[in-house]
Amino acid sequence: MTVATTDLDRLKSGADQLFSKKKLAGFSIPLVIIAYLVYIFFAFDVPGLYSRADMDNARTLVADSYSYKMHVTRDNRSAEVDISIEGRRNGTYPEDGSPDWVTRGEETVIDLGQGHIATFGPEIVTYTIPGYGTFRAEPGRSGVNATFPDGDLPGWINASKNRVAITTEAGRFTVTRNRTEVFRYFNGWEAFWFTLDSPYYGLSVGEVAGRAVQGEAGDIFTAFWTNSMWRHQDVAWALFETVLMAFLGTFGAGLIALPLAFLAAKNFAPLMAVRFAMRRMFDFLRGVDALIWTIILARAFGPGPLTGALAILVTDTGTFGKIFSEALENVDKAPIEGVQSTGASAIQRYRFGVIPQVVPVLISQLLYFLESNTRSATVIGAITGGGIGLLLTQAIITQQDWEKVTYFIVLIVLMVMAMDWISGILRRRLISGDGTGH
Amino acid sequence: MAETSASTRVDVIQTDYMALTRRKRLYSLVLLIVFVALMVAGFNTADSRNAGGFWNGITHVFDFPAEVLGEAWENIAELPRHLVAHLPALIETLNIAAASTLIGLIAGTVLALLSTRGLARWPRLIGLFRRLMDIARAIPEIVIALVLIFVLGGGPVPAMIAIAIHTTGALGKLFSEVNENVSLKPVEGLRSVGATWAQQMYLGVIPQVGPNYVSYALLRFEINIRASAILGFVGAGGIGYDLRNAMSWGQGKYDQAAAIFILLFLTIVAVDQISGYLRAHLTYGTQAREGVRP
Repeated sequence: MTVATTDLDRLKSGADQLFSKKKLAGFSIPLVIIAYLVYIFFAFDVPGLYSRADMDNARTLVADSYSYKMHVTRDNRSAEVDISIEGRRNGTYPEDGSPDWVTRGEETVIDLGQGHIATFGPEIVTYTIPGYGTFRAEPGRSGVNATFPDGDLPGWINASKNRVAITTEAGRFTVTRNRTEVFRYFNGWEAFWFTLDSPYYGLSVGEVAGRAVQGEAGDIFTAFWTNSMWRHQDVAWALFETVLMAFLGTFGAGLIALPLAFLAAKNFAPLMAVRFAMRRMFDFLRGVDALIWTIILARAFGPGPLTGALAILVTDTGTFGKIFSEALENVDKAPIEGVQSTGASAIQRYRFGVIPQVVPVLISQLLYFLESNTRSATVIGAITGGGIGLLLTQAIITQQDWEKVTYFIVLIVLMVMAMDWISGILRRRLISGDGTGH
Repeated sequence: MAETSASTRVDVIQTDYMALTRRKRLYSLVLLIVFVALMVAGFNTADSRNAGGFWNGITHVFDFPAEVLGEAWENIAELPRHLVAHLPALIETLNIAAASTLIGLIAGTVLALLSTRGLARWPRLIGLFRRLMDIARAIPEIVIALVLIFVLGGGPVPAMIAIAIHTTGALGKLFSEVNENVSLKPVEGLRSVGATWAQQMYLGVIPQVGPNYVSYALLRFEINIRASAILGFVGAGGIGYDLRNAMSWGQGKYDQAAAIFILLFLTIVAVDQISGYLRAHLTYGTQAREGVRP
């Protein structure tokens, strides 16, 4: 009886200990995580981030990604008026053309909507703001020569002798000695389909479809494909290059890694030294990392898709070598012996005994990597200069083409998702449909 | 009579089987030819669009490493000093990877629980959370990092956020696959005593899936170290940023670049080994084969 009681006591104290240990773990793990995140919070100077963050940049970025602005510019010396999309040369209206909110003439009248009217006369420019009055200026050599309505200047007017900037909800009006500029903002991506010089610019979807039916489909496609502002042709090529990098890199690595993996697998390479050398080589290729391979290879091959493909190929040869050799070590002996018992040669043993067992693993790994390498190829392209990664970095560096940046991001996400989808389909088809390997 | 019919049946089966085999062989051959053609055409296209050709470059592959190593060898006495000098940057890179993995682990856990049938808090929104994870997974880190660098300025935070978003998507998907196999009994037990959803998940589900989650997170940590080094190279701080600076000093100054190469290589190999060991112990080898999937 006493024995049972001590037993019970021991059990109880053991259980108590276990509970207190679990309790401790239950509290300490979240605490450690929180402590680490607090450390990161200060180590990365997150509190200082607010002062460093450039909210103006953020605003331009967001506004620019879904809207565009039309520039109406008057050269104050020659009184010539230019109308263009975002001030770009290849987005400029012809001399006699204009959007319907601008009336060209002796005096150019710009209707900014909501009652805001700007005019560019031969000498004088004006801007009429409802509820405030009319601003007038006679820019010339002596300055802007501005006249404001009576009263104090409101905060949204920024005026000096040589420059006046007026920002309203309808747009922006700037006068300097040499230029007068009016910006009007619109939603959307202008000239995405056709540029201004194309005959299809400004037509509705129905009209374009009608023309396509009448036999102009080829011309319409050419106009879209060679759009000089959005450069659809170059973008498509860049996407193709990125996928190409991933494809060549992944499958090239697979082709090189497969024979090497046999040399690294315990059951196929009896020589310890060979196995060891192969494994260390795989570790080295993987450990050097795609970044360093990219830098090294870019020196030898120059910028371009081939460099990116080779960087992926080298890194993944290490990875595949490791995976494949592990898969080979896990093969079942029975089928190999079965094939051998029919008097098969060594090559036939590999062909019918080993390959059918490992092929599903290899293909599924290759296809997994194809998708993830599409993403890597975007990043590597940004470093070596190839594919959509290059276009993206170029667009970001200009710091004003945010609508293009948005467009590229959407395309990249769609490309990666498409590769994921295709690799999933192929994985299911190839593995379930051809599992026997015959 | 019976014998002949049996033998004809065997004949029919044999001819059918042979036809099937031949067809399969033909398909395999066609697939192989298409694959080889794609590889060759792809290689030629990539080669023609590259600034330097493959056959010109292949003989010069080792020029640059030889130059870097040569310079490092000349200044071998300086090497320890360089290694120490770049250690803080290495720690920053490791911190970026660790913090983003941790954030991704937490966010991925929540999203995975919200998108698993049977566990979801709002079963109708499962599709929405799944799409969210798909999109987070599809965005390459560099995209978010570059945009955030423009707004927040350079430094580790843009890289951390960018990697964390991608990690959330990647881990969330793996976690929701793990969740499919969870036993619902503990959850029902907790629900019957009036536990909230968060309590049900924290006390009923997490203990079951914890080792698997941690194993996947360790794998992700390895990948994220590489990613954070690359993001440094485009301006997000850490060892990659140092590397770019060291590279831009050009010839004669490559001893610093060599020191960074060595640091990065040793770190990646060390973390791979440690995490491989931990993972093998966490899941008793069940996940070991998928060890290196990015």
